Amino acid sequence: MPAARTATLRDAVGLGLAVGLYGVAFGAAADAAGLDVWQALALSALMFTGASQFALVGVLGAGGSGLAAIGSALLLGTRNTVYGVRLAPLLAPRGPLDRAGAAHWVIDETTAMAVAAPDRELGRLAFWATGATIYVGWNLTTVIGALGASGLGETAQAALDAVVPAAFLALLWPRLQRGRPEAAVQRRVAVGGAVVALLLTPVVPAGVQVVAAVVAVALAGRPRGVGAR
Amino acid sequence: MSSGTLWAVVLVAALGCYALKLAGLSVPAAWVERPWVTRVVEFVPAALLAALVAVQAATTGPELVVDGRLAGLAVAALALALRAPFIVVLVLAGATGALVHVLTG
Repeated sequence: MPAARTATLRDAVGLGLAVGLYGVAFGAAADAAGLDVWQALALSALMFTGASQFALVGVLGAGGSGLAAIGSALLLGTRNTVYGVRLAPLLAPRGPLDRAGAAHWVIDETTAMAVAAPDRELGRLAFWATGATIYVGWNLTTVIGALGASGLGETAQAALDAVVPAAFLALLWPRLQRGRPEAAVQRRVAVGGAVVALLLTPVVPAGVQVVAAVVAVALAGRPRGVGAR
Repeated sequence: MSSGTLWAVVLVAALGCYALKLAGLSVPAAWVERPWVTRVVEFVPAALLAALVAVQAATTGPELVVDGRLAGLAVAALALALRAPFIVVLVLAGATGALVHVLTG
Protein backbone atom coordinates (compact mmCIF):
# COMPACT_ATOMS: atom_id res chain seq x y z
CA MET A 1 0.00 0.00 0.00
CA PRO A 2 2.69 2.59 0.86
CA ALA A 3 4.46 1.68 -2.39
CA ALA A 4 1.28 2.35 -4.36
CA ARG A 5 0.85 5.68 -2.56
CA THR A 6 4.44 6.66 -3.31
CA ALA A 7 4.01 5.72 -6.98
CA THR A 8 0.79 7.73 -7.20
CA LEU A 9 2.43 10.76 -5.58
CA ARG A 10 5.49 10.47 -7.83
CA ASP A 11 3.33 10.35 -10.98
CA ALA A 12 1.19 13.25 -9.78
CA VAL A 13 4.17 15.47 -9.00
CA GLY A 14 5.90 14.51 -12.26
CA LEU A 15 2.85 15.43 -14.30
CA GLY A 16 2.44 18.64 -12.31
CA LEU A 17 5.98 19.74 -13.07
CA ALA A 18 5.60 18.94 -16.77
CA VAL A 19 2.31 20.82 -17.05
CA GLY A 20 3.83 23.73 -15.14
CA LEU A 21 5.95 24.45 -18.22
CA TYR A 22 2.82 25.44 -20.12
CA GLY A 23 2.39 28.25 -17.60
CA VAL A 24 5.40 30.06 -19.05
CA ALA A 25 3.79 29.95 -22.50
CA PHE A 26 0.50 31.14 -21.03
CA GLY A 27 2.11 34.04 -19.16
CA ALA A 28 3.88 35.10 -22.34
CA ALA A 29 0.68 34.81 -24.39
CA ALA A 30 -1.22 36.87 -21.82
CA ASP A 31 1.42 39.57 -22.00
CA ALA A 32 1.31 39.54 -25.80
CA ALA A 33 -2.48 40.01 -25.60
CA GLY A 34 -2.10 43.15 -23.48
CA LEU A 35 -2.83 41.75 -20.02
CA ASP A 36 -0.60 42.86 -17.16
CA VAL A 37 1.12 40.42 -14.83
CA TRP A 38 -1.64 40.63 -12.22
CA GLN A 39 -4.36 39.88 -14.75
CA ALA A 40 -2.38 36.90 -16.07
CA LEU A 41 -1.90 35.66 -12.52
CA ALA A 42 -5.58 36.20 -11.68
CA LEU A 43 -6.53 33.95 -14.60
CA SER A 44 -4.16 31.19 -13.49
CA ALA A 45 -5.20 31.46 -9.84
CA LEU A 46 -8.96 31.91 -10.30
CA MET A 47 -9.86 30.37 -13.65
CA PHE A 48 -7.23 27.60 -13.44
CA THR A 49 -8.10 25.69 -16.61
CA GLY A 50 -5.42 26.00 -19.25
CA ALA A 51 -7.29 25.74 -22.53
CA SER A 52 -9.90 28.32 -21.44
CA GLN A 53 -7.16 30.69 -20.28
CA PHE A 54 -5.29 30.35 -23.57
CA ALA A 55 -8.53 30.89 -25.49
CA LEU A 56 -9.40 34.04 -23.52
CA VAL A 57 -6.03 35.69 -24.14
CA GLY A 58 -5.99 34.36 -27.71
CA VAL A 59 -9.25 36.09 -28.57
CA LEU A 60 -8.22 39.29 -26.79
CA GLY A 61 -4.84 39.16 -28.54
CA ALA A 62 -6.61 38.92 -31.90
CA GLY A 63 -8.46 42.14 -31.03
CA GLY A 64 -11.66 40.37 -30.05
CA SER A 65 -14.33 41.75 -27.74
CA GLY A 66 -14.63 40.84 -24.08
CA LEU A 67 -17.82 38.89 -24.80
CA ALA A 68 -16.17 36.77 -27.48
CA ALA A 69 -13.24 36.13 -25.13
CA ILE A 70 -15.54 35.09 -22.28
CA GLY A 71 -17.63 32.96 -24.66
CA SER A 72 -14.66 30.98 -25.95
CA ALA A 73 -13.32 30.44 -22.41
CA LEU A 74 -16.72 29.15 -21.23
CA LEU A 75 -17.18 26.88 -24.24
CA LEU A 76 -13.84 25.23 -23.51
CA GLY A 77 -14.73 25.12 -19.81
CA THR A 78 -17.78 22.92 -20.42
CA ARG A 79 -15.65 19.79 -20.50
CA ASN A 80 -14.78 20.36 -16.84
CA THR A 81 -18.50 19.94 -16.07
CA VAL A 82 -18.39 16.47 -17.57
CA TYR A 83 -15.20 15.71 -15.64
CA GLY A 84 -16.94 16.80 -12.44
CA VAL A 85 -19.78 14.36 -13.06
CA ARG A 86 -17.22 11.59 -13.56
CA LEU A 87 -15.29 12.59 -10.41
CA ALA A 88 -18.23 13.19 -8.05
CA PRO A 89 -18.66 9.57 -6.92
CA LEU A 90 -14.89 9.15 -6.52
CA LEU A 91 -14.27 12.35 -4.57
CA ALA A 92 -17.56 12.11 -2.65
CA PRO A 93 -17.17 15.63 -1.24
CA ARG A 94 -18.34 16.06 2.34
CA GLY A 95 -20.48 19.17 2.46
CA PRO A 96 -20.52 22.32 0.35
CA LEU A 97 -17.08 23.61 1.42
CA ASP A 98 -15.30 20.40 0.48
CA ARG A 99 -17.19 20.40 -2.81
CA ALA A 100 -16.34 24.05 -3.52
CA GLY A 101 -12.67 23.38 -2.85
CA ALA A 102 -12.50 20.24 -4.96
CA ALA A 103 -14.33 21.93 -7.85
CA HIS A 104 -11.52 24.44 -8.38
CA TRP A 105 -9.11 21.64 -9.28
CA VAL A 106 -11.38 19.73 -11.68
CA ILE A 107 -9.30 19.91 -14.87
CA ASP A 108 -7.97 17.59 -17.62
CA GLU A 109 -4.92 16.38 -15.73
CA THR A 110 -6.45 15.80 -12.29
CA THR A 111 -9.35 13.90 -13.88
CA ALA A 112 -7.04 11.73 -15.96
CA MET A 113 -4.87 10.89 -12.93
CA ALA A 114 -7.80 10.24 -10.59
CA VAL A 115 -9.72 8.05 -13.03
CA ALA A 116 -6.58 6.05 -13.91
CA ALA A 117 -5.76 5.25 -10.27
CA PRO A 118 -6.25 1.58 -9.28
CA ASP A 119 -8.70 2.25 -6.44
CA ARG A 120 -10.85 4.99 -4.93
CA GLU A 121 -8.46 6.02 -2.15
CA LEU A 122 -5.53 6.31 -4.55
CA GLY A 123 -7.82 8.12 -6.96
CA ARG A 124 -8.53 10.78 -4.35
CA LEU A 125 -4.83 11.04 -3.52
CA ALA A 126 -3.98 11.38 -7.21
CA PHE A 127 -6.61 14.10 -7.63
CA TRP A 128 -5.39 16.24 -4.72
CA ALA A 129 -1.67 15.69 -5.31
CA THR A 130 -1.91 16.43 -9.04
CA GLY A 131 -4.13 19.44 -8.39
CA ALA A 132 -1.82 20.91 -5.75
CA THR A 133 1.37 20.42 -7.80
CA ILE A 134 -0.13 21.84 -10.98
CA TYR A 135 -1.73 24.75 -9.13
CA VAL A 136 1.55 25.87 -7.57
CA GLY A 137 3.63 25.28 -10.71
CA TRP A 138 1.10 26.81 -13.09
CA ASN A 139 0.77 30.05 -11.12
CA LEU A 140 4.50 30.36 -10.57
CA THR A 141 5.39 29.83 -14.23
CA THR A 142 2.59 32.17 -15.35
CA VAL A 143 4.31 35.01 -13.52
CA ILE A 144 7.69 34.03 -14.96
CA GLY A 145 6.25 33.97 -18.49
CA ALA A 146 4.39 37.26 -18.12
CA LEU A 147 7.39 39.08 -16.64
CA GLY A 148 9.82 37.53 -19.11
CA ALA A 149 7.72 38.50 -22.12
CA SER A 150 7.25 42.15 -21.20
CA GLY A 151 10.06 44.36 -22.40
CA LEU A 152 11.05 42.20 -25.34
CA GLY A 153 12.65 43.68 -28.46
CA GLU A 154 11.04 43.54 -31.90
CA THR A 155 12.68 40.30 -33.01
CA ALA A 156 11.87 38.61 -29.70
CA GLN A 157 8.28 39.85 -30.14
CA ALA A 158 8.15 38.18 -33.56
CA ALA A 159 9.37 35.00 -31.88
CA LEU A 160 6.64 35.24 -29.26
CA ASP A 161 4.02 35.84 -31.97
CA ALA A 162 5.06 32.51 -33.51
CA VAL A 163 5.09 30.72 -30.13
CA VAL A 164 1.41 31.43 -29.36
CA PRO A 165 -0.16 29.52 -32.29
CA ALA A 166 2.39 26.73 -31.75
CA ALA A 167 1.23 26.47 -28.13
CA PHE A 168 -2.39 26.10 -29.28
CA LEU A 169 -1.31 23.43 -31.76
CA ALA A 170 0.49 21.57 -28.97
CA LEU A 171 -2.72 21.64 -26.91
CA LEU A 172 -4.74 20.37 -29.88
CA TRP A 173 -2.27 17.73 -31.11
CA PRO A 174 -2.91 14.89 -28.62
CA ARG A 175 -6.64 14.99 -29.44
CA LEU A 176 -5.94 14.14 -33.07
CA GLN A 177 -3.63 11.17 -32.55
CA ARG A 178 -4.49 7.61 -33.42
CA GLY A 179 -5.52 5.71 -30.36
CA ARG A 180 -7.82 8.48 -29.18
CA PRO A 181 -11.44 7.44 -29.56
CA GLU A 182 -12.75 8.77 -32.87
CA ALA A 183 -9.49 10.46 -33.83
CA ALA A 184 -10.72 10.73 -37.42
CA VAL A 185 -13.80 12.69 -36.33
CA GLN A 186 -11.63 14.90 -34.11
CA ARG A 187 -9.45 15.69 -37.13
CA ARG A 188 -12.45 16.55 -39.31
CA VAL A 189 -13.82 18.81 -36.58
CA ALA A 190 -10.42 20.50 -36.16
CA VAL A 191 -10.01 21.15 -39.89
CA GLY A 192 -13.61 22.35 -40.01
CA GLY A 193 -13.05 24.71 -37.08
CA ALA A 194 -9.94 26.22 -38.65
CA VAL A 195 -11.62 26.67 -42.05
CA VAL A 196 -14.75 28.26 -40.55
CA ALA A 197 -12.62 30.65 -38.48
CA LEU A 198 -10.49 31.74 -41.46
CA LEU A 199 -13.52 32.17 -43.75
CA LEU A 200 -15.29 34.33 -41.15
CA THR A 201 -12.24 36.42 -40.23
CA PRO A 202 -12.76 39.15 -42.86
CA VAL A 203 -16.50 39.49 -42.21
CA VAL A 204 -17.15 39.22 -38.45
CA PRO A 205 -15.79 41.25 -35.51
CA ALA A 206 -12.48 39.89 -34.21
CA GLY A 207 -12.87 36.94 -31.87
CA VAL A 208 -16.37 36.00 -33.03
CA GLN A 209 -14.90 33.65 -35.65
CA VAL A 210 -13.32 31.58 -32.86
CA VAL A 211 -16.62 31.08 -31.01
CA ALA A 212 -18.44 30.50 -34.31
CA ALA A 213 -16.01 27.70 -35.14
CA VAL A 214 -18.03 25.39 -32.86
CA VAL A 215 -20.47 24.95 -35.76
CA ALA A 216 -17.78 22.62 -37.09
CA VAL A 217 -18.87 20.19 -34.38
CA ALA A 218 -22.33 20.05 -35.93
CA LEU A 219 -20.94 19.95 -39.48
CA ALA A 220 -18.21 17.37 -39.00
CA GLY A 221 -18.78 15.82 -35.59
CA ARG A 222 -21.22 13.15 -36.65
CA PRO A 223 -19.75 9.67 -36.69
CA ARG A 224 -19.76 8.21 -40.17
CA GLY A 225 -22.44 5.53 -40.34
CA VAL A 226 -21.66 2.05 -41.61
CA GLY A 227 -21.83 2.08 -45.39
CA ALA A 228 -22.26 5.86 -45.57
CA ARG A 229 -19.49 6.97 -47.87
CA MET B 1 -9.62 47.82 -24.03
CA SER B 2 -9.14 49.65 -20.72
CA SER B 3 -7.56 47.94 -17.74
CA GLY B 4 -10.90 48.04 -15.90
CA THR B 5 -12.71 46.31 -18.77
CA LEU B 6 -9.94 43.74 -18.98
CA TRP B 7 -10.31 43.02 -15.28
CA ALA B 8 -14.06 42.59 -15.71
CA VAL B 9 -13.50 40.13 -18.57
CA VAL B 10 -10.91 38.21 -16.55
CA LEU B 11 -13.11 37.96 -13.45
CA VAL B 12 -16.40 37.16 -15.22
CA ALA B 13 -14.75 34.44 -17.32
CA ALA B 14 -12.97 33.00 -14.26
CA LEU B 15 -16.20 32.93 -12.28
CA GLY B 16 -18.05 31.31 -15.18
CA CYS B 17 -15.40 28.61 -15.61
CA TYR B 18 -15.48 27.89 -11.88
CA ALA B 19 -19.29 27.60 -11.98
CA LEU B 20 -18.98 25.05 -14.81
CA LYS B 21 -16.59 22.97 -12.69
CA LEU B 22 -18.79 23.21 -9.60
CA ALA B 23 -21.88 22.27 -11.62
CA GLY B 24 -20.27 18.96 -12.57
CA LEU B 25 -19.78 18.01 -8.92
CA SER B 26 -23.26 19.23 -7.97
CA VAL B 27 -25.88 18.30 -10.56
CA PRO B 28 -27.33 14.81 -10.98
CA ALA B 29 -25.20 12.85 -13.44
CA ALA B 30 -28.21 12.20 -15.68
CA TRP B 31 -28.44 15.90 -16.52
CA VAL B 32 -25.02 15.92 -18.10
CA GLU B 33 -24.62 12.36 -19.31
CA ARG B 34 -26.96 12.64 -22.26
CA PRO B 35 -25.41 11.37 -25.48
CA TRP B 36 -25.63 14.70 -27.30
CA VAL B 37 -24.12 16.63 -24.40
CA THR B 38 -21.11 14.34 -24.02
CA ARG B 39 -20.73 14.33 -27.80
CA VAL B 40 -20.63 18.12 -28.08
CA VAL B 41 -18.25 18.42 -25.11
CA GLU B 42 -15.98 15.77 -26.63
CA PHE B 43 -15.54 17.70 -29.87
CA VAL B 44 -15.80 21.38 -28.92
CA PRO B 45 -12.13 21.64 -27.86
CA ALA B 46 -10.87 20.41 -31.24
CA ALA B 47 -12.98 22.99 -33.12
CA LEU B 48 -12.05 25.90 -30.85
CA LEU B 49 -8.36 25.08 -30.50
CA ALA B 50 -8.01 24.61 -34.26
CA ALA B 51 -9.79 27.93 -34.83
CA LEU B 52 -7.39 29.60 -32.41
CA VAL B 53 -4.38 28.03 -34.16
CA ALA B 54 -5.62 29.36 -37.50
CA VAL B 55 -6.52 32.84 -36.24
CA GLN B 56 -3.30 33.28 -34.27
CA ALA B 57 -1.08 32.00 -37.08
CA ALA B 58 -2.66 33.46 -40.19
CA THR B 59 -4.69 36.58 -39.43
CA THR B 60 -4.08 40.14 -38.33
CA GLY B 61 -7.31 41.96 -37.54
CA PRO B 62 -9.75 41.23 -40.38
CA GLU B 63 -7.02 40.19 -42.85
CA LEU B 64 -5.45 36.88 -43.72
CA VAL B 65 -1.69 37.28 -43.40
CA VAL B 66 1.23 35.00 -44.25
CA ASP B 67 4.34 35.72 -42.19
CA GLY B 68 6.80 34.11 -39.80
CA ARG B 69 4.01 32.82 -37.58
CA LEU B 70 2.84 30.41 -40.28
CA ALA B 71 6.42 29.22 -40.84
CA GLY B 72 6.76 28.76 -37.08
CA LEU B 73 3.52 26.76 -37.03
CA ALA B 74 4.74 24.46 -39.80
CA VAL B 75 7.96 23.81 -37.87
CA ALA B 76 5.93 23.21 -34.70
CA ALA B 77 3.74 20.67 -36.50
CA LEU B 78 6.83 18.85 -37.74
CA ALA B 79 8.33 18.85 -34.24
CA LEU B 80 5.08 17.52 -32.75
CA ALA B 81 4.93 14.78 -35.38
CA LEU B 82 8.46 13.80 -34.32
CA ARG B 83 7.25 13.69 -30.70
CA ALA B 84 9.42 16.57 -29.54
CA PRO B 85 8.74 17.78 -25.98
CA PHE B 86 6.44 20.78 -25.56
CA ILE B 87 9.21 23.20 -24.70
CA VAL B 88 11.27 22.19 -27.77
CA VAL B 89 8.22 22.71 -29.99
CA LEU B 90 7.76 26.25 -28.66
CA VAL B 91 11.44 27.17 -28.91
CA LEU B 92 11.64 25.93 -32.51
CA ALA B 93 8.47 27.82 -33.47
CA GLY B 94 9.77 30.99 -31.82
CA ALA B 95 13.20 30.70 -33.45
CA THR B 96 11.54 30.25 -36.85
CA GLY B 97 9.33 33.28 -36.34
CA ALA B 98 12.32 35.39 -35.30
CA LEU B 99 14.39 34.16 -38.25
CA VAL B 100 11.68 35.01 -40.78
CA HIS B 101 11.31 38.43 -39.15
CA VAL B 102 15.04 39.12 -39.47
CA LEU B 103 15.18 37.86 -43.08
CA THR B 104 12.09 39.74 -44.28
CA GLY B 105 12.12 42.74 -41.95
